[in-house]
Amino acid sequence: MTDSKYFTTTKKGEIFELKAELNSDKKEKKKEAVKKVIASMTVGKDVSALFPDVVNCMQTDNLELKKLVYLYLMNYAKSQPDMAIMAVNTFVKDCEDPNPLIRALAVRTMGCIRVDKITEYLCEPLRKCLKDEDPYVRKTAAVCVAKLHDINAQLVEDQGFLDTLKDLISDSNPMVVANAVAALSEIAESHPSSNLLDLNPQSINKLLTALNECTEWGQIFILDCLANYTPKDDREAQSICERVTPRLSHANSAVVLSAVKVLMKFMEMLSKDLDYYGTLLKKLAPPLVTLLSAEPELQYVALRNINLIVQKRPEILKHEMKVFFVKYNDPIYVKLEKLDIMIRLASQANIAQVLAELKEYATEVDVDFVRKAVRAIGRCAIKVEQSAERCVSTLLDLIQTKVNYVVQEAIVVIKDIFRKYPNKYESVIATLCENLDSLDEPEARAAMIWIVGEYAERIDNADELLESFLEGFHDESTQVQLQLLTAIVKLFLKKPTETQELVQQVLSLATQDSDNPDLRDRGYIYWRLLSTDPVAAKEVVLAEKPLISEETDLIEPTLLDELICYIGTLASVYHKPPSAFVEGGRGVVHKSLPPRTASSESTESPETAPTGAPAGEQPDVIPTQGDLLGDLLNLDLGPPVSGPPLAASSVQMGAVDLLGGGLDSLIGDTSFGPPPAAAVPARLGAPTSSGLSDLFDLTSGVGTLSGFYVAPKAVWLPAMKAKGLEISGTFTRQVGSISMDLQLTNKALQVMTDFAIQFNRNSFGLAPAAPLQVHAPLSPNQTVEISLPLNTVGSVMKMEPLNNLQVAVKNNIDVFYFSTLYPLHILFVEDGKMDRQMFLATWKDIPNENETQFQIRDCPLNAEAASSRLQSSNIFTVAKRNVEGQDMLYQSLKLTNGIWVLAELRVQPGSPSLTLSLKCRAPEVSQHVYQAYETILKN
Amino acid sequence: MIHSLFLINCSGDIFLEKHWKSVVSQSVCDYFFEAQEKAADVENVPPVISTPHHYLISIYRDKLFFVSVIQTEVPPLFVIEFLHRVADTFQDYFGDSNVGDTLPTGQLSNIPWRRAGVKYTNNEAYFDVVEEIDAIIDKSGSTVFAEIQGVIDACIKLSGMPDLSLSFMNPRLLDDVSFHPCIRFKRWESERVLSFIPPDGNFRLISYRVSSQNLVAIPVYVKHSISFKENSSCGRFDVTIGPKQNMGKTIEGITVTVHMPKVVLNMNLTPTQGGYTFDPVTKVLTWDVGKITPQKLPSLKGLVNLQSGAPKPEENPSLNIQFKIQQLAISGLKVNRLDMYGEKYKPFKGVKYVTKAGKFQVRT
Repeated sequence: MTDSKYFTTTKKGEIFELKAELNSDKKEKKKEAVKKVIASMTVGKDVSALFPDVVNCMQTDNLELKKLVYLYLMNYAKSQPDMAIMAVNTFVKDCEDPNPLIRALAVRTMGCIRVDKITEYLCEPLRKCLKDEDPYVRKTAAVCVAKLHDINAQLVEDQGFLDTLKDLISDSNPMVVANAVAALSEIAESHPSSNLLDLNPQSINKLLTALNECTEWGQIFILDCLANYTPKDDREAQSICERVTPRLSHANSAVVLSAVKVLMKFMEMLSKDLDYYGTLLKKLAPPLVTLLSAEPELQYVALRNINLIVQKRPEILKHEMKVFFVKYNDPIYVKLEKLDIMIRLASQANIAQVLAELKEYATEVDVDFVRKAVRAIGRCAIKVEQSAERCVSTLLDLIQTKVNYVVQEAIVVIKDIFRKYPNKYESVIATLCENLDSLDEPEARAAMIWIVGEYAERIDNADELLESFLEGFHDESTQVQLQLLTAIVKLFLKKPTETQELVQQVLSLATQDSDNPDLRDRGYIYWRLLSTDPVAAKEVVLAEKPLISEETDLIEPTLLDELICYIGTLASVYHKPPSAFVEGGRGVVHKSLPPRTASSESTESPETAPTGAPAGEQPDVIPTQGDLLGDLLNLDLGPPVSGPPLAASSVQMGAVDLLGGGLDSLIGDTSFGPPPAAAVPARLGAPTSSGLSDLFDLTSGVGTLSGFYVAPKAVWLPAMKAKGLEISGTFTRQVGSISMDLQLTNKALQVMTDFAIQFNRNSFGLAPAAPLQVHAPLSPNQTVEISLPLNTVGSVMKMEPLNNLQVAVKNNIDVFYFSTLYPLHILFVEDGKMDRQMFLATWKDIPNENETQFQIRDCPLNAEAASSRLQSSNIFTVAKRNVEGQDMLYQSLKLTNGIWVLAELRVQPGSPSLTLSLKCRAPEVSQHVYQAYETILKN
Repeated sequence: MIHSLFLINCSGDIFLEKHWKSVVSQSVCDYFFEAQEKAADVENVPPVISTPHHYLISIYRDKLFFVSVIQTEVPPLFVIEFLHRVADTFQDYFGDSNVGDTLPTGQLSNIPWRRAGVKYTNNEAYFDVVEEIDAIIDKSGSTVFAEIQGVIDACIKLSGMPDLSLSFMNPRLLDDVSFHPCIRFKRWESERVLSFIPPDGNFRLISYRVSSQNLVAIPVYVKHSISFKENSSCGRFDVTIGPKQNMGKTIEGITVTVHMPKVVLNMNLTPTQGGYTFDPVTKVLTWDVGKITPQKLPSLKGLVNLQSGAPKPEENPSLNIQFKIQQLAISGLKVNRLDMYGEKYKPFKGVKYVTKAGKFQVRT
């Protein structure tokens, strides 16, 4: 019986039946049922309804069953986040199972559950697994960190997992090292500027040791990581190369190519006189050739890389020409790449062979390939002078075939050959002219016209030939028109007597009847030249042309050096630096080959960058002061949306804004960035609008608010829940009056009017003291700021939590509801200072069970500062004394409904924690008073 | 890393998708289909395609495309190798389109490639030395290019933790070798002995390449004459195959495949041995020859019918030859002995040799 039976089904009430089976007492039956569920899941049926039943099967010691349940969880956790939490306990338990396989399985699955809610529960188990005694568990946990980082980067950083990962690079087990490197590389991808993978000679040694023993995939990560290291001198470079060389014999082509990258890069540091340099060159050839016997997809990537390697160090493969010979059934993308490399390797020694091959290819079926082969013959002629004659005769043979596209390609390349070897092969012009009529491609026509113009004096009927082209002048492409204009001018300068009419004709066609500015300009220039100074015209137009260069399509050397650092990556396939195509171009650090540094001369020279890319190549993101200023000015003029507030004009903020989109997205990714309108800190109650109004509020605010802490505005009602109306807000208290500061934004496409607001009954009777005044209709994309005065005389109903406020907002579109929590200190009244005697009496009077104690951590304030800060929020210090070096503050406050709260605040000098004891007849407020303390003291 | 994976069959249906991070819409495959359409032939679809937001890296295996979606810079070879491994696993698991017997379960071991506690009643170790000859032979019969791609595939069913040493009569032949990770590289470097603790079951021990021209024997020769007359709607086809450097072994399983030019309508041929077919749609001629007996060389002769009025074909069709020689490694590679350490039982050992044609092409 095979597993295929699970896929055969399906009766009515299947889910119901499965549910019963899943809850069966018999283990076998349970397992069968889970298998059926998984089978249904894989074919796309929705079996999420069985979530609780399947999760119940999770607690088993049967490994197979557990794996299946985990598989189910990974699939459905995302769509059922609340239920997924049910599984957390089992994960935590499984992470402590005596069987390491189960521990690893649990931590692996945890990483695959991409539910934000769960992540924080997973931190403790993950931390344990990272330090597990079993390497299998540790290596699995290492990868889990990268997965978690993808879901919640901040959490991973806060939890210190990155440091733990870095420690794992020195683990005793090679697999753990490899996975730690893999995880760090993955994380570094999203933090390009971070120094996650800072390597030193010790860690390099660890990596090299692990390299020999870890899996093939791990080897790739380690090699890619090594390639980013810059050895301090040639000796270190050589010793790394020696230990990397065995990887060239690996069966996995990605390992081979990554090893080639390391060697190509570090070779740069070795002197060519070293014996080892020669040995290394010899060792590089066979593995590269072997890559060409792999599957065609692998061949393609290998060939693109070999193309770079051949340009950088042609000596490596100079004897391997034959492996690049094309087989007729190679895929076309392989054929074209092979051809390119053949030309690069062509030399006097092998040109005969190459030409014979190219001629063979020129009779193949595939048009693209044939064209490229013909062009290749031309390139050979230009590259290897000795072969030029043979190339030309081969091209003539091909022209005799009369195959249209072959003839056209041949003419294009023959033109280049003329330019490289002037006055040598003009005897073939007659043959070329015979094919004039068959040329229908612009490039070929242009090439032919150039030839006729250039050698007009040797072609008897040059004028007739050119005239024939002139008939359809306006139907030609620009390329041909320009060429024809020049050719006729050349002809005129050479044979002025017979061709005057022709030249006038072409000049008038070009200047009067053409819409093309390039053509008109060139026409006018020739006209002016010919009419003012025919001698000068001759000198200009018939000047000796520079010879065309050896190879026209070589990659520019600095780019080539950069690309060598990227061997094996997408950059090497596209022959472009990653900055040119990686999405958003974010934070790409340019790589460069290491400078050659001999060990004798390099004793800690400060010029040699110790690790990573040279410092000079780092992108410079800090703008000069002038730029910053300009930026701030721009901010003022901008529309009143959510720009960074003026108060926060640190250099960084300026820089971020200056660089615009690119870096903004980066910041967004790492979650430092302000999401629009929400978390922008409003200093001193300043509403978040334009920088200019910030400035006003800043000055006025200092006087009136006297330090009352106002929380930044938060989004209370997102636009998507309110048909485009977005409401954010906060609460303030200014000299006895409470207000709700609102910001209404219209994110819909229609105008909003008729605003009104109402509160539900709440614990302290908060109610609007005035109607909601929006003076003008709110147009799309417009934002208004409103301060709504509140009183505390509304109906009272105890809410859960106590400070919950339910609000209804109406406009012309609909009524929307939301709820928010207000900070309790807006209810602390100004006359909350209790008399000392009264305080003592009341303190004693309130039963001890009503006393609650809280710790306020990370608040390094002294008694003085704490007292004054609290006072500005109407928490009054009644008395103060010093007991055994600790300051005790006795404080009182009164809520709007008359409830008194008494407090003892203990401040221990040198300790960042404060201890707060609260006593109140209504102890349910204590928790909220404590929160108010914390908010006030920490802001 | 790989963001998502799509499996696409020949008729363009996406029949399986897997997403590791967020779900990437199937519509991303449209870029792939576009490239496929441009390529005309399925085998010509470029393996790396860039789209505005992703890169698609694909492989083509057994009439299926494995298309992976990539979002960050990653080594494409890593992805391609991995996709081939995925394809291998599917092949293992599904076998002949049936779901396999068991779901694999992991087991911990100190040796990552071998599970602990392996037990067999019959302990056996078999090695297959398989060599393929890749060659291009030109019109005149001389060799343009030839090399041998060899592999040693192992089938090891040994209990416990056996430690094996495999030595060769002539290890010098092997100068360009790729090893399975189980092989101790240092031992090979110093003694030219393959020393390893094998994985359990079937695996590829090494692959190697022999390219030095004088070591690559060409076991068959082909006499051919394919000609088309100018201004006539017919041509002649005449191909004969004979043995060359075959080391006295029988050459069998010979097949000749020829992609005839487009203007060929039909072929009217007579084989002296075996049977032939011509597919007028794909223009592929296949001649199933069988064995060569030196007494009477197999040949295939006859007329080629061309589309009337069409110009004479420019291109010359290449002949693709398949063959097989049992009990011979054409490079001359020979296993000397296999020793086992670490376990006490006596295993049964065996080595088989076979030579085949790889990409063996004769130009005409």
